[in-house]
Amino acid sequence: MVAAVKAKKRSGSGIFNTTWEPFIYLAPFLIGIIIFTLYPFFNIILISFKEGYRQMTGAFESYGLDNYIHILTDPYFINAIKNTAVYVVFVVPISTALSLFFANLLNQKIKGISLFQTAFFLPMVTSVTAIGLVWKLMFNDRIGVINAILGLFGVDPIGWLLDPSMNIWALIIYGIWNMMPFTIIILLSGLQNIDPLYYTAAKVDGASSRKQFFRITVPLLAPTIGLTCIINVISASKVFGELFPLFSGRPGTAYNLFTVVYYIYYEFNVSYHLGYAAAASVVLFLIVFAFTMLQLYVQRKWQYY
Amino acid sequence: MKLHFDIKKFFVYFFLVIGALIMIFPFYWMIVNSLKTGQDMTAYPPTWFPSNWFNFDNYVVAFEKAPFQIYFMNSVIVTISCLLITTFTTIVGAFAFSRLKFKGRDLLFSLMLGLMMVPFEMLVITNYTTVAKLGLIDTLACLVVPFTSSIFYTYILRNFFLSIPDSLYYSARIDGASNWKYLWRIMVPIAKPSLVTITLLNAITCWNSFYWTLLVINSDTNRTLPYGLYAFMTEGGSDTKLMMAAASITVVPMIILFLFARKYIVNGVARGGLKG
Repeated sequence: MVAAVKAKKRSGSGIFNTTWEPFIYLAPFLIGIIIFTLYPFFNIILISFKEGYRQMTGAFESYGLDNYIHILTDPYFINAIKNTAVYVVFVVPISTALSLFFANLLNQKIKGISLFQTAFFLPMVTSVTAIGLVWKLMFNDRIGVINAILGLFGVDPIGWLLDPSMNIWALIIYGIWNMMPFTIIILLSGLQNIDPLYYTAAKVDGASSRKQFFRITVPLLAPTIGLTCIINVISASKVFGELFPLFSGRPGTAYNLFTVVYYIYYEFNVSYHLGYAAAASVVLFLIVFAFTMLQLYVQRKWQYY
Repeated sequence: MKLHFDIKKFFVYFFLVIGALIMIFPFYWMIVNSLKTGQDMTAYPPTWFPSNWFNFDNYVVAFEKAPFQIYFMNSVIVTISCLLITTFTTIVGAFAFSRLKFKGRDLLFSLMLGLMMVPFEMLVITNYTTVAKLGLIDTLACLVVPFTSSIFYTYILRNFFLSIPDSLYYSARIDGASNWKYLWRIMVPIAKPSLVTITLLNAITCWNSFYWTLLVINSDTNRTLPYGLYAFMTEGGSDTKLMMAAASITVVPMIILFLFARKYIVNGVARGGLKG
């Protein structure tokens, strides 16, 4: 019966639609996607296998794995992978843990909560470049406010942006601050979807708020936490724009802080090795692809709970 | 019991205040330092307030040293063009994917969703060649042209369109409305909240866009704010208080937008996140 109704509906709408009409509606959207997403995606994979490729003429010598061999043995690329991994490993868990803590506080029904929410969400809308300049000033070793505050606790001035070994920590601190608003919003909306009945029941049973947090909130929020982590891993893997304001366009004080995307930018725009940039792009895609698959898997698996 | 409750509340406020202060501190610091005099800047430890809250000299000097009014206008032009075109392609695209029926629709849509995970950073090399061949390098147009279609926004709007009951469509069609009329007269007004959210998220992304601009824009008069600001830093030396004034010019419009439209932006982010 249902199937019959469905079939009727389908043929019914067929009367209205001429065959070409949907494509007129799709055309403006599809043209943009084909030229600026679909074509460049396949093209870049092709370029990554072309040896001695020239951008404007499109000429190349032969197909092969040279570009991949080069980047995988290039100490700068290895370093870029390492830096990106360190960045992800520190920024994602720390910002997620802090976000969980603050999302839980922001979920309380207390006076002035929307004011607090505004404060916590504000960094989300700002340009990474513009606010990065402020962080550059805050990280300054002589007049920076961060060293001034640390000085109150007897810490000697740290050369955040001067000392190559400290560079990545400056980037990580800035990255955590940058990632928190997004993470808090996602976790907060997850918290608001938890049925308040669970908490009522727990209160009746006399569970402490700490116990409620670890026994109810965390388990029920686990799928959301997992998903935000994966989304954040993907976006943290693309860390790039933050480097420009902090280090005046260089990857760290001594070219020590290459990231994967910075490496792509550098090979493409500074040293004009398009083949290397293309191969590095494909590596970046594979990283993103792997985590996206993980995300889909987690989403599907948790849906049955 | 009563006492316990108050202690808990105290700690909630305590941590919220500390967290909020850390989150907004960089904004405060930006404004404060943009109002400081040269003498204020050399103080150590740095002073928490400017000596004069109405010292706008740095803004005046920043505008003299670099054409921030042009950068600002460029940003406005690029953002508005992007919004107009992208919103249009999104509306008609989402309509085709949700309401019109054609062979291979769902397959095509799955392909689009798959493309969503391709990072933009991967596409810039080829896109650069494409806009160069179109003769658009170093024009404002090339800041708009590659971003006319968004799979992500189309996906959000399509989902909303799917939630509009079929009966509305059939009754409109029986009354003689064309698809085109139905889309603009009925669906678009219903989808207004979704459209506002999409537009706001898109505006934020456009306004802050940096990487692509860095690649394709050379001349001073075609810079947008984030890139103009970056160039001001690398070319204009290291006068921090001027830089803070310039950063404020870039950031404040988005802060104002956020304060007025927080609900829409937060809802949009909660539903799918900022892309990028």
